[in-house]
Amino acid sequence: MSASPRQIALVGNPNSGKTTLFNAFTGLRQKVGNYPGVTVEKKVGEARTLHGEKVAILDLPGTYSLSARSEDERVARDVLLGDLSGIPRPDVVICVVDASNLERNLYLVLQVIDLGLPVIIALNMIDVVEENKQRIDPEALSESLGGVTVIPCQANAKIGIAELKQAMAKKSYTPVERVWTTDDDLTQLLSETADVLAAHNTINPRAHALTIIGDRAMRDPSHPNCLDNEILRKITPLVDATLKQHPTPVESRIVAARYDAISRISAASLRGENRPDGLSVSDKLDEVLIHPILGWLVFILVMATMFFSMFTLAETPMDWIENGFAILGDWVGSLLGKGDLRDLLVDGVIAGVGGVLVFLPQILILFLFIGILESSGYMARAAFIMDRLMARVGLNGKSFIPLLSSYACAIPGIMATRTIENEKDRLVTILVAPMMSCTARLPVYGILIKLMVPEADNDIWIQTGLMFALYGLGTLGAFLFAAIFKRTIAKGDASPFMIELPPYRLPGWKLIVQQLLDRAGIFIKRAGTIILALSILIWAASTFPKPADPETPKDIALEQSIMGRTGKMIEPIMKPLGYDWKIGSAVIWSFLAREQFVAAMSVIYSVEDEEDEPALRSKLAAAESPDGISIFSIPVCASLLVFYVFAQQCIATFAVVRRETSSWKWPIFQLGYMTVFAWIAAFVTFMIVSHIV
Amino acid sequence: MTKLTLLSEIAPHKSCTVLAILSDAPGMQRLQEMGILPGTKISVIRRAPMGDPIELEVRGYKLSIRKREAAEISVQPA
Ligand SMILES: Nc1nc2c(ncn2[C@@H]2O[C@H](COP(=O)(O)OP(=O)(O)OP(=O)(O)O)[C@@H](O)[C@H]2O)c(=O)[nH]1
Ligand SMILES: [Mg+2]
Repeated sequence: MSASPRQIALVGNPNSGKTTLFNAFTGLRQKVGNYPGVTVEKKVGEARTLHGEKVAILDLPGTYSLSARSEDERVARDVLLGDLSGIPRPDVVICVVDASNLERNLYLVLQVIDLGLPVIIALNMIDVVEENKQRIDPEALSESLGGVTVIPCQANAKIGIAELKQAMAKKSYTPVERVWTTDDDLTQLLSETADVLAAHNTINPRAHALTIIGDRAMRDPSHPNCLDNEILRKITPLVDATLKQHPTPVESRIVAARYDAISRISAASLRGENRPDGLSVSDKLDEVLIHPILGWLVFILVMATMFFSMFTLAETPMDWIENGFAILGDWVGSLLGKGDLRDLLVDGVIAGVGGVLVFLPQILILFLFIGILESSGYMARAAFIMDRLMARVGLNGKSFIPLLSSYACAIPGIMATRTIENEKDRLVTILVAPMMSCTARLPVYGILIKLMVPEADNDIWIQTGLMFALYGLGTLGAFLFAAIFKRTIAKGDASPFMIELPPYRLPGWKLIVQQLLDRAGIFIKRAGTIILALSILIWAASTFPKPADPETPKDIALEQSIMGRTGKMIEPIMKPLGYDWKIGSAVIWSFLAREQFVAAMSVIYSVEDEEDEPALRSKLAAAESPDGISIFSIPVCASLLVFYVFAQQCIATFAVVRRETSSWKWPIFQLGYMTVFAWIAAFVTFMIVSHIV
Repeated sequence: MTKLTLLSEIAPHKSCTVLAILSDAPGMQRLQEMGILPGTKISVIRRAPMGDPIELEVRGYKLSIRKREAAEISVQPA
């Protein structure tokens, strides 16, 4: 038995069901969604074949072809060519084919076969083929592909999984021969290119030769994918000689030759009418959802419903959580005598972590909505509708998907930019993504909105409206800065836009609930780790150094603590925004994680230590400056809200931007421009609102 | 010789057959790899709210591209 398990890679067009299969094989729960570009990095899992052998399964980003154009596609190509260090070339490739879309999916299959890798075809979405009243004959398909194993399956219903595991158990796969033919001159060009590569010790010279001749970008010195100069110098004359005889670009001839074979294969294996009569359900939905006028109305309606339900549906569970933590705080407080430990637990830990966890219901509602958008197929439509607007900014509709995901969290949003082909577009999208209001802002927005809008009959509507406005403001900011960056630091041509619009699918509710629970888990874990640690830190900063005289009133002690001193130090910067040193410290302490604002406020305002602890909200509402003016006045709240909309206050985002741009320059630039702009915007807001109120 | 018809000029709900790809930019190569080749039948489904991009049906799937790229494809209206 060999020591390391065999490597089996899942390869296929975007949205063909690779991750669904991966999850079925491994029992993991990687993200699945009904739009192209869900998976953007390789993921390894462990599975067992039907014979119990342990194998390593590799889930890859989807790609239409091995002529990689974007970061995610490059991962898939490099794994298959064995060019990625640390990842061995797969022993077997499972090509996941969307059977309802046979011809285009077969293109990649032919390319993988050409690489000389053993291939198993997972003929997925067989249910959709049947719905279209068609049938694919697996034997005929296998035969016309030169004997490749073909296994029909329906990944989302776990149909065909056992058969695939059985196919994986077989070890002696002989690679099949190329099933398409080229004209003699091309054949010669390919073999000459392979000779050049072999002379340069390239592994798999034949496979690489086909990739290079079949991909213009690899021979274009102005393109980032171009191969190294020395090899290129030898290959270019060969290509030019061929072009002299036959002026059609060589790569186009290769594509056409493959599609010729595909037409034959498809004709041999596909049975039944080519098209079902009339419009499909999906077509009918599109008539409304991407209708020139109705489409926009629906979009706005969906967003409004989302914010409205965040306030109405979440209200009751939020009260429960709030009360739960209040009871917990009282109970812990009554167990412990007055002292540091009690303060730490009650004011630091319970109030800090609890203050964030209270927002779990709202966050789940937001995730539920985003989950429905992602799994229904609407995401790609959003890109379609928004493309024109994005073009104004200088980006393209594809950038809208990462931005939309950033409403949940900027980190997956920034990861999703890997699907953007144009490097500059990608950079700009990364730079502006954190302006989209993420869920970590919800606790801050929640507290401040409640402070601004006094309890009244119709406050739900005002709150919904305010929330809508904040999200809108962040989105506008992102667009504004994208436009500025595209005209200055990342100048470049408009890049082509191209996106597949998959048919709508009913969201799998089990899947949505599962992903919701996973996300809730992440949120709770974050509260229990980062937020907890920072809450303790903040409490310590507000407590130490201790005044010599233990009878010192608490607010004086606070002023003399580390927090008080740093707060006083930065007060001049915060004053123009309307913040006293206490709010200023809370702002500064939330630069590592913005929701820490809530914990900092609760630590700072726990000073008026009465026996019964009112909820943080009422404590803040009652807070007054020495001269009796309410501290959280409307201008101050508005200024704070605007500051939190724009400021980059998330260490995790900083780290991801650092990794994705492989530089320190961009994350630092992002932190700088967002924070400076946040300050200016908050200042202007404070001025304007002060005048109005 | 008659004037070339471009894919970008085909009205929604009309179909056509590709005659030639007029540009060899890398973006156009991807369109060929996705199945848009001389001889392929294409239906234009609709235009997006502000006229651009357009939605096509090619080989049984829906694809959206901008007019700019569509203007690089010459077609024979059906
Ligand atoms: N009807 C049907 N839907 C399926 C089947 N397999 C997967 N799906 C759905 O197809 C969509 C895409 O599935 P994913 O597993 O995310 O596809 P992927 O190939 O990993 O996509 P990328 O990561 O974007 O490349 C999801 O909505 C799945 O629920 C199937 O056999 N039948
Ligand atoms: Mg995937």
